[in-house]
Amino acid sequence: MSLRDHRLALLPALALTALTAAACGGSGTGGTTTGADGSITVTAKDDSCDVGETELAAGRYSFEVTNSGGKVTEFYVYAEGDRVMAEVENIAPGLSRDLLVELPAGEYEATCKPGMVGDGIRSTLTVTGKAASLSEDESLARAATDYQRYVRSQTAALIDRTTAFVQAVKGGDVEGAKALYPVARGYWERIEPVAESFGDLDPKIDGRDGDQAEGEEFTGFHRIEQVLWETGDVSDMGPIADRLLTDVEEIVARADDTTLAPLQLANGAKALLDEVATGKITGEEERYSHTDLWDFAANLEGSQAAVQALRPYLQDADPDLVAEIDDRFASTEAELEQYRDGDGWMLHERLTDEQLRGLSDAITALTESVSRVAAVVAGR
Amino acid sequence: MTERPDSPHRPAGLSRRRLFGLLGAGTAGALAAGTAGGAIGRATAPDLATAAGATDAVPFVGAHQAGIVTPAQDRLHFVAFDVITDDRAELVGMLKAWTAAARRMTAGRDAGPVGAVAGSPYAPPDDTGEALGLAPSGLTLTVGFGPTLFTTADGADRFGLASRRPKPLAELPSFPGDAIEPAISGGDLCIQACANDPQVAVHAVRNLVRLGAGVVSVRWSQLGFGRTSSTSTGQATPRNLFGFKDGTNNLKAESDSALDRFVWVADGDPGGDWLAGGSYLVTRRIRMLIESWDTASLDEQERTIGRTKGTGAPRGQHGEFDPVDFTKQVDGEFAVPETSHVFLANPTNAGTAILRRGYSFVDGSDGLGRLDAGLFFIAYQRDPATGFVQVQRNLRADAMNEYIRHTSSAVFACPPGIRGADDWWGRALFSR
Repeated sequence: MSLRDHRLALLPALALTALTAAACGGSGTGGTTTGADGSITVTAKDDSCDVGETELAAGRYSFEVTNSGGKVTEFYVYAEGDRVMAEVENIAPGLSRDLLVELPAGEYEATCKPGMVGDGIRSTLTVTGKAASLSEDESLARAATDYQRYVRSQTAALIDRTTAFVQAVKGGDVEGAKALYPVARGYWERIEPVAESFGDLDPKIDGRDGDQAEGEEFTGFHRIEQVLWETGDVSDMGPIADRLLTDVEEIVARADDTTLAPLQLANGAKALLDEVATGKITGEEERYSHTDLWDFAANLEGSQAAVQALRPYLQDADPDLVAEIDDRFASTEAELEQYRDGDGWMLHERLTDEQLRGLSDAITALTESVSRVAAVVAGR
Repeated sequence: MTERPDSPHRPAGLSRRRLFGLLGAGTAGALAAGTAGGAIGRATAPDLATAAGATDAVPFVGAHQAGIVTPAQDRLHFVAFDVITDDRAELVGMLKAWTAAARRMTAGRDAGPVGAVAGSPYAPPDDTGEALGLAPSGLTLTVGFGPTLFTTADGADRFGLASRRPKPLAELPSFPGDAIEPAISGGDLCIQACANDPQVAVHAVRNLVRLGAGVVSVRWSQLGFGRTSSTSTGQATPRNLFGFKDGTNNLKAESDSALDRFVWVADGDPGGDWLAGGSYLVTRRIRMLIESWDTASLDEQERTIGRTKGTGAPRGQHGEFDPVDFTKQVDGEFAVPETSHVFLANPTNAGTAILRRGYSFVDGSDGLGRLDAGLFFIAYQRDPATGFVQVQRNLRADAMNEYIRHTSSAVFACPPGIRGADDWWGRALFSR
């Protein structure tokens, strides 16, 4: 490394220290570690993810995640097959967040996702001690609570990002709003099966032009999308933006209290893939912004979260199916990964028919496998 | 359309004088017999004497795959696939699953062992259900392997099959006037589904496509109706969308010696170790320029084809199966013009024979209000070079070329028939 490089490298570190210090005043880290067997510090940067301890005894741990990087990050603890044991979303640069997670004996991966995309930066956690042994009923019941925790992590970020989006719209910051639009929608798309279960609110938030019943107004994300990308004049979007936030807050309040039954989880996982096949690959969902691949990635992630919540049960009931599903999620992710563009995704209109066909083939195969989960769950 | 009594497009290397010589010396042998239409093995072969009714099942097991010399059914659903995995075991697994499903469906049963309505209410049915209550309807499912299965277009040997590709299994050359669209041409695998009920054929393809999820991707597909060839002496000659009888002189199921000579790959042929008893399949989607044809005079149409439109008799003759007489003159002109399709495609002049099994298609209209319609040409032969390619080269001066465009092209090697209960499509190819 030359002297010049060395000096440059120091600069961001200094700047971030200042940011972290400032942020800590507002965020605080106390309180949530109660009941934990230990706490583990995680320092997340744009190109590293330092986990304080990686050899643990089985038990409850509080991870204190500090984002010392320049990008918004996420932190996950994954079990085999990327089953989410716990996660925090949307950690802005400089902020710290705590995460409480119960870890039975096994191998896990602590993962930071700077920029909130990709496989993230992973390190192995080896947990020793008594492995939890659950009955079928227990593992299915746990699936429901695991998924509920996932939903809550998404809804918290959904409110946060929707708030920022609405502020940008109301402030006339068209470029800012355009950048926030696919990010906020990602949190929505990940939990769509839950959101759609509230039939009255879903069309107000996510309806497309022409979906409205007679007399209903065209509102929500897509209304603002249309204006942002078509005319760029958001001066009269204030009331629509306010209403979007109100509706999102309402649906989040309901979703946080919803526990999906295992069968609903299985069907929801498949429904998310259908969303991809019918709305995203075709470019119908984001007809003005063409940010369909952001939704694609989010639907895929949400589907995987639902399947993985069921994983401990499925692993016993039908290990071959689990292996096939793992394989096909991985192929689909690899297919999609080709179209990454920075921290986001290429616009749908830039993909060739041949490229879309590759995505479609991957989703078709994955859907065939995921569609078999419900019967395995029901066959208990 | 102007009359072309002395076409400038005289086929090179084939003068009438030479033709007389060939006929006189009796060289053409079986070919000349072919010219006489029903003359090849008109005697009905015993195993076909009990030709199945339109709703019966066609046996799936046999020395050759069904769907080649099986009396042509009325409906077609043809589909070509790209293999999207590089995992040989996945491909083999799918071929076994396909064989099992084909075995059931051709017998008139559901695609999967559980069936369309007998399974768990929480599971997607293993049969899609639209053939419930329908008869087997003569369903045949015929599989073929394209050249790109052995070596991809960019040279990759994905499945360790490159050394097993028989030389005759090569991309077809281009022909003058071709308007081939790559997106609806070629393919690593194909399935030809023929049945007397279109829903039965579509059902079969749909369920095989589903079983192939993650392993294959549909590259292109074609629906066909109204068989345009008879492949058995027991069948009347149908008409194609030009309004003419088509396939009068086709090779027929009953002519064993001609089939062995022109259709079936023999033990000593290239690839005979896995392909003997199989055949090469060539498909061409031939769009007919319907509106131009329809406004051509009857005389122009008949001179273009070389047959009369009413009876299908060769021009200058009376009955459909009367031998084509290339020497006959009417009013000082040859009755069968040497630019006519019959003249050029006839086994005597083409020097070879192929088993045709095509279907008409209408794929809606083309956006300019014209029918997007024509003939989905299917031919089986022992070697494409001495089969379709030779015939097609001979057609370069065909007057019919003014009324057609070849828009899709593909070639596949169809393995021999399924031998027993444990056999599967491609076993001999993949077992080494």
